[in-house]
Amino acid sequence: MISYELMGISVLWLFLYGYLIVASIDFGAGFFAFYARSTKQDHVMNRLISRYLSPVWEITNVFFVFFYIGIVGFFPDTAYYYGSALLVPGSIAVILLAIRGSFYAFENYGSKTNIIYLFLYGATGLLIPASMSVALTVSEGGFILKEADAVSLDYWALFTNPLSWSIVGLAIVSVLFISSSFLAFYASRAEDHSALKLLRTYALFWSTPTIITALTAFIFLGQHNERHFQNMMDLWWLLGLSVAFFMVAMWLLYQGRRYGLAFICIMLQFFSAFFAYGIGHYPYILDPYITIQGGATSPSMGFALVVAFIGGLCLLIPSLALVFKLFLFDADYVKGKK
Amino acid sequence: MAVDTVFWSKMVTGMTLGFHAIFATIGVGIPLMIAIAEFIGIRKKDPHYILMAKRWSRGFIISVAVGVVTGTAISLQLALVWPHFMKLAGNVIALPLFMEVFAFFFEAIFLGIYLYTWDRFKNPYIHWLLTIPIVAGAGMSAVFITTVNGFMNQPGGFVMEAGHFTAVDPVQAMLNTATFSKVFHVLSSAYLTGAALLAGIAAFTMLRKGRSAYHKKALNLSMAAVLLFGLLNTLAGDVSAKFLAEHQPEKLAAAEWHFETEKGADLILMGWLNAEHEIIGAIHLPKLLSFLAFGDFNAEVKGLEEFPLDERPPLLVHYLFDFMAGIGFALLAIACLYFLFVFWKKRNELNKWLLRILALTAPLSFLAVEFGWLYAELGRQPWIIRGYMRVEEAATTSPSVRLLFFLFLLLYIALAVVCVLVLRRLFHHKPAEAEMETWMKEKRDSSKEGGERA
Repeated sequence: MISYELMGISVLWLFLYGYLIVASIDFGAGFFAFYARSTKQDHVMNRLISRYLSPVWEITNVFFVFFYIGIVGFFPDTAYYYGSALLVPGSIAVILLAIRGSFYAFENYGSKTNIIYLFLYGATGLLIPASMSVALTVSEGGFILKEADAVSLDYWALFTNPLSWSIVGLAIVSVLFISSSFLAFYASRAEDHSALKLLRTYALFWSTPTIITALTAFIFLGQHNERHFQNMMDLWWLLGLSVAFFMVAMWLLYQGRRYGLAFICIMLQFFSAFFAYGIGHYPYILDPYITIQGGATSPSMGFALVVAFIGGLCLLIPSLALVFKLFLFDADYVKGKK
Repeated sequence: MAVDTVFWSKMVTGMTLGFHAIFATIGVGIPLMIAIAEFIGIRKKDPHYILMAKRWSRGFIISVAVGVVTGTAISLQLALVWPHFMKLAGNVIALPLFMEVFAFFFEAIFLGIYLYTWDRFKNPYIHWLLTIPIVAGAGMSAVFITTVNGFMNQPGGFVMEAGHFTAVDPVQAMLNTATFSKVFHVLSSAYLTGAALLAGIAAFTMLRKGRSAYHKKALNLSMAAVLLFGLLNTLAGDVSAKFLAEHQPEKLAAAEWHFETEKGADLILMGWLNAEHEIIGAIHLPKLLSFLAFGDFNAEVKGLEEFPLDERPPLLVHYLFDFMAGIGFALLAIACLYFLFVFWKKRNELNKWLLRILALTAPLSFLAVEFGWLYAELGRQPWIIRGYMRVEEAATTSPSVRLLFFLFLLLYIALAVVCVLVLRRLFHHKPAEAEMETWMKEKRDSSKEGGERA
């Protein structure tokens, strides 16, 4: 029987992974929609993007809140340390999320032609992952100043450290890569050939920077946190799997066939890398202040959260399946006939 | 009051919640009205009601968007602005917060399906069935989050040991003594406000653009809901007062300016205090406070004097309480007046004066929600967790919170302005009658096509 705190962190990490994928699709789609509009290519793909995004945008947001509430619930110390340290970057992320969510709804349900709304929607799509990635950087340790009764962020250390900038770069580039490959898949389902052609180019274009920034971030991690780096090196097979999935996806994209499989490979690529990173981080949630064992909530609350979680999943999985059936895998809907 | 980090922490959270309260109330109240309208429309085969559900849900989704983003903001601010609070109480309140997210997730999924499947099912009741998880999800999120507020007022389900909450029983913490009355009052007032908003809009539109069958039906339906939920809400208010008298007497005493413990206490309406803390210019209703608090005109009601000076809520809450309760009764009176006119055939219920009063129900009900919420929060001061943690102990120590206040202020101003502009554009050039006509025409055309094919 594995302990509840390990179960908790595994599920939460899985959720964060889920958020990484769906949010990347959403963030990148916003950027591509704006980019296409400003280069007068919007007639090719914006209908496709809005058709996918309209029914799911709120769901994306909830993934994030879910992760956040889950981690604060299972590990209340995280609220104290991350909350105190990330007041400014966290609030900026919140403001950007607020701008993004509401302006998407305004543009989508209200006015169809406003370029400013679309700009805000596109720009926030890149700034949000950048500001959120700060939390990952901070978790590596060395960026938090702790005095007797106060915790604060060492901005100078953060902004002068190459690790933080490489993580920001990785976040932005991955968003564009994941999003364009998913949208290429969606376009191929919709049999929208001109959009597919454009999106396939985007996907191929963003693939190389993805692998380069990932490698850069990994090297800087080695310089900053030796323990984490070594743990990840011990998981070499997971990292190898990640690269292998990336190669398969590239080959499929390059050949221009099986876009669904290509996207699944990209999901698996990020899955193995993300879990190699996460497992390597163990046992720390915040190096060196919070460990999984030391920061866990009381067993009764842990148990209640697990029960609530299982109960919630029993409600949510059928409902999500319904959404997918109605919107994502209903060929007529995807093609715009419904 | 010192202008320090604690002050700005209170301001930024208060502003976020005050803004969120508007949209949260709409989010809970309106889905029920949409469900009722669609059901009547299918049942009576009256397209006016279906159109109502369509138009209401179209406006609703805009407010949901603002509700979602401000809700996200407040949930993150709990940890960002009040890290010590979350560190202490996170152990105990995580369960309802967690379930609130689930409930909202559930609602969001079905709302997405509902909006995009108006004509996808052959049996119209299947589409109507989608409103049930939306109404239930919205209601349950309100219930869960209200239990957290209940916990802050009536903490329970743990043992305090060396500065930590131990032996935590999360379910008992959720079912604290404040939960029942609070949940009842929050739900009844949200449904009341949702109905009042729609009634106000229907009345306002008829004032501006003349009467129409569509708006008449909308007004009738919403006012019936105002009457029903107005009555329930009055009951909920009474339950809340009795709860306070028993479990949190300082909150009631501050609201009623009841300083000395006495039997047969008077109810004091409005008025003001002079330098010696004597009440001037107020209306005294003899023995009524005792009756409201305990259902007995001679019962003893605890006064503020029994509490230490630094544990008394601000006396300002007296006005908040009076305005809230006053508006509650006014809404009920307006609903009664309306139906008196409807059933008394000689009178026209759509005369200009009555319509003007009816249009007022929308802003009034939101004012009452804000006053009520402010009363609930200020009445708990100086505590963030009553008896265990004071507000100033919970706040962040980072001075940046002042700057963030202004950033968030800008954000909410922008959101409010654009939200109103978008809603105006959405409905201004598309009156219900015109939409009805084009819709009917499309329907005729498609059925003609179907007929020809057959």
